Amino acid sequence: MDLFGSYSLLLAFAFALYAIFGGIAAIITRRPLLIKSARNAGFAVCVLIWIGTASLWYLFFTDNYSLAYVAAHSNRTLSPYYKFSALWSGQEGSLLFWSFLLSIYVFSALFTYRGKHPELMPYVGVVLAGVQIFFLTMNNFVASPYGVFIGRGAGGILHLATRADGSGLNPLLQYPEMAIHPPTLYSGYTGFTIPFAFALAALLGRYPGEKWIHLTRRWTMIAWAFQSAGILLGAHWAYAVLGWGGYWGWDPVENASLMPWLTGTAFLHSVIMQEKRGMMRVWNVWLVFLTFMLCILGTSLTRSGAVNSVHAFAESNIGHWFWGFLLSIIIVCLAAYFKNRDYLRSDNQLDSMISRESSFLFNNLILLVACVAVLAGTLFPVLSEAVRGSKISVGPPFFNRVNIPIAMFLLFLTGVGPLLAWRKTSVESLRRNFGFPLIGGFVAAVIAVALGLREFYVTLCLLLGVFVTLTILAEFYRGARVISARTGSNLLSSVSQLTMRNTRRYGGYVVHFGMVLVFIGISGTAFNQDKQMDMAAGSQMSIGPYNLYLQNYDSTQQPNYSAERATIDVEKDGRSVMMLYPTRRFYPSNQESGTMVAISSTLREDLYVVYAGTNPDTNLPVIHAYLNPLVKWIWLGGAVVVLGTILALVPNRQAVMVLSTATAGQSVPVPGGVQPAQILNSARSQLPSDHD
Amino acid sequence: MKTKAKFGIGVAIILVTLSCLAYVGAQQSKTYYHTISEIPTLNGTALHQRLRVGGDVKNGSIQHYSGRVDFVLVEQGKALPVSYVGTDPLPDTFKDGAQCLVEGKVQPDGRFVAETVQAKCASKYEAAPGGQAQPGTATGGDSYQNGKS
Repeated sequence: MDLFGSYSLLLAFAFALYAIFGGIAAIITRRPLLIKSARNAGFAVCVLIWIGTASLWYLFFTDNYSLAYVAAHSNRTLSPYYKFSALWSGQEGSLLFWSFLLSIYVFSALFTYRGKHPELMPYVGVVLAGVQIFFLTMNNFVASPYGVFIGRGAGGILHLATRADGSGLNPLLQYPEMAIHPPTLYSGYTGFTIPFAFALAALLGRYPGEKWIHLTRRWTMIAWAFQSAGILLGAHWAYAVLGWGGYWGWDPVENASLMPWLTGTAFLHSVIMQEKRGMMRVWNVWLVFLTFMLCILGTSLTRSGAVNSVHAFAESNIGHWFWGFLLSIIIVCLAAYFKNRDYLRSDNQLDSMISRESSFLFNNLILLVACVAVLAGTLFPVLSEAVRGSKISVGPPFFNRVNIPIAMFLLFLTGVGPLLAWRKTSVESLRRNFGFPLIGGFVAAVIAVALGLREFYVTLCLLLGVFVTLTILAEFYRGARVISARTGSNLLSSVSQLTMRNTRRYGGYVVHFGMVLVFIGISGTAFNQDKQMDMAAGSQMSIGPYNLYLQNYDSTQQPNYSAERATIDVEKDGRSVMMLYPTRRFYPSNQESGTMVAISSTLREDLYVVYAGTNPDTNLPVIHAYLNPLVKWIWLGGAVVVLGTILALVPNRQAVMVLSTATAGQSVPVPGGVQPAQILNSARSQLPSDHD
Repeated sequence: MKTKAKFGIGVAIILVTLSCLAYVGAQQSKTYYHTISEIPTLNGTALHQRLRVGGDVKNGSIQHYSGRVDFVLVEQGKALPVSYVGTDPLPDTFKDGAQCLVEGKVQPDGRFVAETVQAKCASKYEAAPGGQAQPGTATGGDSYQNGKS
């Protein structure tokens, strides 16, 4: 089976070569047969990669320890769930997994547009095959998961060897969430390849109009949703499993996942400008190029050891391959841009500072600046060594000082942007749309300050959060009220109809609301408290309004680990409210310990208790308790973001199209009932609309 | 004033403000990275800065005392005695042979006082294949190579 899998990958490589060179020949000669065969080669590449990956899974599930990779990451007692996720737990397997997920996207793009857009798709096929060829080179020749054990027998003759059992999966990876986070995040990274390929193809082929944006819109949104979810899942895992009390440390690998998200978010919004006004063409092409490059940079940083991190690992040659690939991408993009730059001229100019165009421009700018800041901070050691000879790294204060004001400005734009008019907004319109939400925001801030809030950024975040929420509610209300007035349905049903008529817009508002929740959740960090103490049985520790009584502690022995567990009774206002069991595990197989954090999470705060260790002098358990306000809002906000994106992906329910025109606002008594034409036409003219 | 000029000013204000914040943030948190071999060569000012040093934990050197943990880091044959005095528990991946990053200051007597200790995830992306033995695996001349046979 291992031969079957490895030869599938080799065949995939061969077909990918044909997809590229046959594809280029197809573009030059324009022969339909060549075009079709190159596209079919593209399909074949994907199917072969699926076979190659399925084979590796098969080898995991059949406990085949003649393969070095399987032996290194699995063992017989591992549960099937983790045998499945063990595939991507190491370098070679995770690279194959990347190819696997990428090929799902590639197949779906080639399949959806098979036989359509003949001026564009051949270029797309070549670009996609070009990306796949790099990863297939890794999968086949540089970091193959199909390496087998070789032993030297009597007389020096080499023979195939096999292990009796594997080394098992790193216990830190044996959490359900740890199995979900990489596939989600990788689905984000690989997904951005599709809009990248279409953008580069459109540029190379001088494909007219904004077609490529329409074609890739759904893929971009799906990739973005996966990336957002992947980042938050990683943060949640770090929080709930690693036990250091936080969820984000500005670690290089965390930053690597954030950077493409920043430029991807800018791209997602900026294409609206191109669709409506034919502007920002250069911005959009470079934003999607940058997003893809940052995805590759991200995975390069993680694998090459170029920057020190808790995640990043030993220096290995694989880094050179990735830097080479990144350099090739940069060169190709620059060349394509300089060659066809005139094709990207804007149709229109910026008219006013107070316009939707301007808010999109600031949105792009500020997200790009955030990305540059994070990139600079992450690469500081590399840059400083090149410039000054000493390796300097910067920490959270650097990242927070720059990104918190940026986040506040983004929050502001989130509220303001959708309500500004295209081209130029009148003062009247400003007052009408923003007066109430802005006042609401200020009222909330004033109340908070009166109740004792003194942190500047938290107050600002609250003000802007309330502001944005009120603008979103106002948008839904305004639209729903019109529908409700004309069709007589209740407000809730009107909201539903409104949303389904323009899912991108209203789903987008839901996503914005989710982001507000996330930001509010993050702002709770300003009030984190923690306390650490040796505790004897019967002693207590108080944190915030809680008293923690250590009732007793015990040790248990399980097949693969030993555990020390504390039984803690949590009291509030003199009453026992819950029991918590923070545990510390020790895995003898790889001499590592792991923490089972005990978290009690409410909307108000998280009570987070860790069995930190044992004091060697007194043999007493060391208990570390944290009180982290508002953390739950982050995870809830993340769920809202994903749901909003799913909503935005749903196709619009078309309103009934009528051909007769009617003057707006006049109600004509008609025997036998109301005329639909008049209602819908006048209602549609009053609805807020994307269409000018 | 023309719209473009107004934009230019707005953008410039944003960039200048953020650059100032970035500078302050960098000053507050910058940490110099040095290898163990470089430490004896550091002079005056460099010795008093926050340093970050990487190395492997020497087998058997971890000793727990009240309020601190002592261990020895080795890299390229050079050794550095370290005392971890931070309040946070040591990471789960900290053990004999683990790759470590410590942050803190060097004392005049050559001992490194660490406020932060990071230890790398032991498995996941190991060094390039070169016959490194996996922990706890069988001996007897087993090696592995890429390729199909």
